[in-house]
Amino acid sequence: MSNVPADLKYTKSHEWVKNLADGTVEIGITDHAQHSLGDLVFVEVPDAGRVVKAGEACAVVESVKAASDVYAPIAGEITAGNPQLANEPEAVNTDAYAAWLMRLRPAPGAVAAAALMSAADYEKFLAAEG
Amino acid sequence: MAFIPHTPPDVTAMLAAIGAKRIEDLFDEIPANLRVKSLAGVPEELNEMAIGRLMTERARADGAPLNFIGAGAYEHHIPAAVWAVTTRGEFYSAYTPYQAEASQGTLQVIYEFQSMIARLTGMEVANASMYDGASAMAEAALMAVRANRKSKSLTVLVPATVHPHYHQVAVASAANMGLKFVELPYCTEEGVTLVQSLKKYDGQDVTAIIIQQPNFFGRLEDVDALTDWAHERGIFVIAVVNPTSLALLKPPAQWGKRGADIAVGEGQPLGVPLSSGGPYFGFMTTRMEYVRQMPGRIVGRTLDLSGREGFTLTLQAREQHIRRAKATSNICTNQGLLMTAATIYLSLMGPQGMVRTAAACHARTRELVGALTRVPGVRVAFAGPCFHETVLVLDRPVAPVLKALSERGIHGGLALGSYFPELGPALLVCATETKTQADIERYAQALGDVMHTARAA
Repeated sequence: MSNVPADLKYTKSHEWVKNLADGTVEIGITDHAQHSLGDLVFVEVPDAGRVVKAGEACAVVESVKAASDVYAPIAGEITAGNPQLANEPEAVNTDAYAAWLMRLRPAPGAVAAAALMSAADYEKFLAAEG
Repeated sequence: MAFIPHTPPDVTAMLAAIGAKRIEDLFDEIPANLRVKSLAGVPEELNEMAIGRLMTERARADGAPLNFIGAGAYEHHIPAAVWAVTTRGEFYSAYTPYQAEASQGTLQVIYEFQSMIARLTGMEVANASMYDGASAMAEAALMAVRANRKSKSLTVLVPATVHPHYHQVAVASAANMGLKFVELPYCTEEGVTLVQSLKKYDGQDVTAIIIQQPNFFGRLEDVDALTDWAHERGIFVIAVVNPTSLALLKPPAQWGKRGADIAVGEGQPLGVPLSSGGPYFGFMTTRMEYVRQMPGRIVGRTLDLSGREGFTLTLQAREQHIRRAKATSNICTNQGLLMTAATIYLSLMGPQGMVRTAAACHARTRELVGALTRVPGVRVAFAGPCFHETVLVLDRPVAPVLKALSERGIHGGLALGSYFPELGPALLVCATETKTQADIERYAQALGDVMHTARAA
């Protein structure tokens, strides 16, 4: 059973979103996602300053068998890509919720507009997805 | 190789198994108005005897002219062993096999090819090959746009001294991806791109610059100065290089202070016959840090579970059979057969053989230029060194001269009028190691006769 922390929000494309104290959000891929991908060999994160729309592909996680896009769950401006992942992509496999991919400052009203699930709903979604 | 056709009973059995009446039923989902009923302009089929005869006649029409044309495809001696080995059944496939790891020998050849190309260019990593030099350059431009994330303009500077066909292929392949190719002027005295001419791009957002060495005129660009100019401005450097020349010239990895970021080229000089223009193959190399932006496939060496050495496709996750539309390229291939020939060619030649070949090309070209410029009315277009090609200017239109030479069994070079009208009656000539002193004298004699006859008439 995948680890789904109760204090985070989730997307159908298996990203997690954490609210930070400064009003920005931290984004990563879920434990379920890292498990499906297998051992990651490369993670490409966006540069700070990039403005993204909700649902826009803005990072790539690559395992030995697939390369998948990571989508911005919320519209806004990237404030940081996680520099640690360039040399340690396996950190995502070790702890998917510690190894954030990017931080983003949501555009006005973007959080309310974003289609995010609670932990309970994401668990139901995973169960339904089989 | 076995050719296994389906017999009518095979076809009937297969249709019965899937419940279809006719083969046409399998294409039901293609609307009738989109189907091609007949192929206009495609002649009726011929049997093997007739086609053999036709091809023999066509081949005879080519004759065996004494060839002094280069311009991107070069006539080199190909040791007999190259194609004797390449056409062995074990190698004789145009493609990487679908169950790649089952063909360890094929993968090892690709691995050796990559290693040799990396050694030749000095670059850190090479892929398994591309369609040809022109498509490799187009792919390099697309790759530079992906890898140079600081630049947003998608602008690529292309000196006019880059092969005009390569420029056209790049525009055709990449223009719809939003890339802008900006042509740079060249110095008409020296036939090279001057760093001073790049001043107008200072402070502008430029993604990459392409530098061809030797350039289309056969001249040597100041690659160090051009590379440093680009790198000081965050501009990617794409090198387009002739593999034979690399035996003598500085490899692209050593251009300027940092070396080129991507180096590509046409592989035909490495054991592939001229063959009326193809098939050829391209090669592509880069720095390790950009390997994930490089199109095409890469074979890696590894150990299996028992600790034995083995070869495997690596970094496949970016390729089109996995990443579909988001692959690094959807228009590239591994030119397996030609790459195999090149690997065998390079193994036979060795570093010393490559140096001797390149030195002979350079020496023959100097002799050719010396002999031809002794003919009244012929002069060299540009001052300065060249590798194995150079531009001559005649005192009269080039086409009739080339035609008269052709009637004497000599391909005298490429007329540049349609590409570079500003040069006047210009002719690009090339001599490789295949040309003897007697060949060169024959050309000079014929050119003298043709020019003299024309003057008298």
